[in-house]
Amino acid sequence: MEIKQVPPQVTKENIPDEWFTPREKNKNEQERLARPSLSYWKDAWRRLSKNYLAMSGLVFIVILIFMAIFGPILSPYEASTGVLSMQYQPPSAEHWFGTDNAGRDVFTRTWEGARISLFVGFMAALIDVTIGIIWGGISGYKGGRTDNVMMRIIEILYGIPYLLVVILLLVVLGPSLMTIIIALTVTGWVGMARIVRGQVMQIKNYEYILASKAFGTKTSRIIRRGLLPNSMGPIIVQMTLTVPSAIFAEAFLSFIGLGISSPNASWGVMANDSLGAILSGNWWTLFFPAFFISLTMFAFNVLGDGLQDALDPKLRK
Amino acid sequence: MLKYILKKLLIMLFTLWIIITLTFVLMVSVPGSPFNSESSSNEIVQQNLEKHYNLDKPMHIQYLLYLKSVVTFDFGPSIKQPNQTVNDLLGRGFPISAELGIVTIIVALISGITLGILAALRHNRIIDYAAMAIAVLGISIPNFILATLLIQQLSVNWGIFPVATWKSWSHMVLPVLALATGPMAIIARLTRSTMLEVLTQDYIKMARAKGLAPWKIIVKHALRNALMPVVTIMGTLFVGIMTGSFVIEQIFAIPGMGKYFVESINHRDFPVIMGTTVFYSSFLIIMLFLVDIAYGILDPRIKVNNKEGD
Repeated sequence: MEIKQVPPQVTKENIPDEWFTPREKNKNEQERLARPSLSYWKDAWRRLSKNYLAMSGLVFIVILIFMAIFGPILSPYEASTGVLSMQYQPPSAEHWFGTDNAGRDVFTRTWEGARISLFVGFMAALIDVTIGIIWGGISGYKGGRTDNVMMRIIEILYGIPYLLVVILLLVVLGPSLMTIIIALTVTGWVGMARIVRGQVMQIKNYEYILASKAFGTKTSRIIRRGLLPNSMGPIIVQMTLTVPSAIFAEAFLSFIGLGISSPNASWGVMANDSLGAILSGNWWTLFFPAFFISLTMFAFNVLGDGLQDALDPKLRK
Repeated sequence: MLKYILKKLLIMLFTLWIIITLTFVLMVSVPGSPFNSESSSNEIVQQNLEKHYNLDKPMHIQYLLYLKSVVTFDFGPSIKQPNQTVNDLLGRGFPISAELGIVTIIVALISGITLGILAALRHNRIIDYAAMAIAVLGISIPNFILATLLIQQLSVNWGIFPVATWKSWSHMVLPVLALATGPMAIIARLTRSTMLEVLTQDYIKMARAKGLAPWKIIVKHALRNALMPVVTIMGTLFVGIMTGSFVIEQIFAIPGMGKYFVESINHRDFPVIMGTTVFYSSFLIIMLFLVDIAYGILDPRIKVNNKEGD
C-alpha cells in the first residue's frame, strides 16, 4: 500500500472518501487462533502443577504406592513373623525402622500397613463413586418425585452416625478387611451422591442437553455422555478427600481392636501394639506408623485442596 | 417455618426407627449367644436364662418387646453384669462423655474461629500461612495418634498433666486437646474462606467508610455472615466428636459411653449394645435435628416453601 502525503488542508473532518479502501478478507487468517486452545484438563493440570504443596502431596502418594507394592518384596524380613530375641531393636543398618514388641521388622510392617491403608482408601473411594454417581445422577436428572424419594433416603442415611453402623457391622460380620470396606461404604456414598446430584441439576438445564434430548438420545446416554464428564471436577475432589477419611477410619478401627488385628500389619494395629512400648522409650515403634499415616492423610488432603482450586472453572484464567 | 420443622421431625423419627430396627436385625443375626461362654451352665440353666431374657420367644414378639422397651426407655438388665441395668450404665457413662464432648466443641469453636479470623485478616501473610499449616496438620494427624503423642510428651516426659482417668480439670486437658484439634482445623479453614469472601463485600466497605471501629466491623458485620457455614457443619462435627471420643476414652481410661460400648461388644452383651447404640444414635440424631432447626431460624433464605426438595 502506498503511503499518501497528507495535504495540509485535510483535517479529521474532511478526509476524502476515496482514501478509504476495504481491506482484503483472508479466510485462513480470520479463523486462526493466536494461541493453542487449552482443554479443561490441560488447564487444570497447568494450575495444579504450579501448586507446590499439592504437587508434593502427589509425589508422596506416588512414592507411597510404589513402596506399598515393592517395599515388602524388597525387604528380607516377613511382616507378620518376628524373632522374639530381636525385640525392640532401635533403627539400625539391618532394621532400618527398628523392630517391635515381637521382634518384627518395622520397615516391612510399615509398607504392609501402607498396602492395607491404600487398598481400603481406594476401594472405599471407588465404591462410593460408583454408587454415588448412579444414585446422584438419576436423582438429579429425573427430578420431581423420584428425586424427592431418593433424597429422603439419603437424608435418613446421612443422619445415621457412621461409626456406630461400622462397629455394629464389624460385630456381626466379624473383623476383616472386606467388612471394613463394606461398613465404610454403607453410609459413605451419601456425600458423593449429593455432590453428583447438585452438579447434574445445574448442568441438565444447559442448551446442549436440550439439544441431545431433541435428537431423541436415551436418558442413560445423556447422563453418561452429556452430564457426567462435565461434573467430573467436584467428583474427583470428593474422591481425593474420601481416601484419607477411609484410611483414618481403618486405622481408627484397628486401633481400638475392631478392625485388622495383630500379627497382621496395619498402621492402626502398629500404633496400638506400641502403646506400651513408648512409655519405656522405644519411640520408633509408634513413630513410623504415626508418621506415615499422618503424612499420607496430609498428602491426600493437600492434593484434594489443590485439585479443588485447579478444577474450579470459576477460577480459570 | 412450621412445615420445615415438621418435615425435619418426620425424617428424624424415620431415621430413628431405621436405626432401632437395624440394630435389632444385626443383633439377632450375630453368631454366638451371650451364654455360650459360661462353662458351668447346663442345658436347663441355659433355657431358663434365655427365658428370663426373652430370647426363647419368636422373632416378631422379641422385636415388639424390644420396640416397647425402646419407647418406654427401659433397656432392661445387662446380661453380663446382672445387678446393673442398661440405664444404670448409661446414667454413669453418658454424663462423662457429654461433658468431654461439650468442652471439646466449645474449645474447638473458640480456637477455630479465632484462628480463621486471624488468617483471613492477615491474608497471604505469615499468620495466615501459620494458621493454615496448623489447620492442615490438625486434619491430617489422627486423634488417637495425637493422644498418644500428648501422653508421651506432656505427661510421661514432662509430667505436666496426669496420664489418664477423669477426676479434675487437669485430667481434661489432654483428652480435650486430642479430640478438639481435628474439628478446630475444619472450623478454622471454613471460617477463613468465608471470611475472605465476606470481607470483599460492599457492605463491609460501607461500614469502613462510615468509620466504624475495625473490631466492630469484624464482629458485628462480617462474622455474622461468615459463621453460617460453620453452623451448617456443627451437627456433623458434634457427631464426629462424640463418636471420636470412643477411642479417646479408651486411651485415657475415661469411664464414659465409649468404654461401656466397646466392652459390651466384646462380651456380646446384647441389651447393652442395643441400648447404647439406640441411645447414642438418638442423641446424635436429635442434635443434628436441633442444628437443622437453628440453621433454618438463622438463615432467612430457607423459607417455608422450599420447592427444590432439598
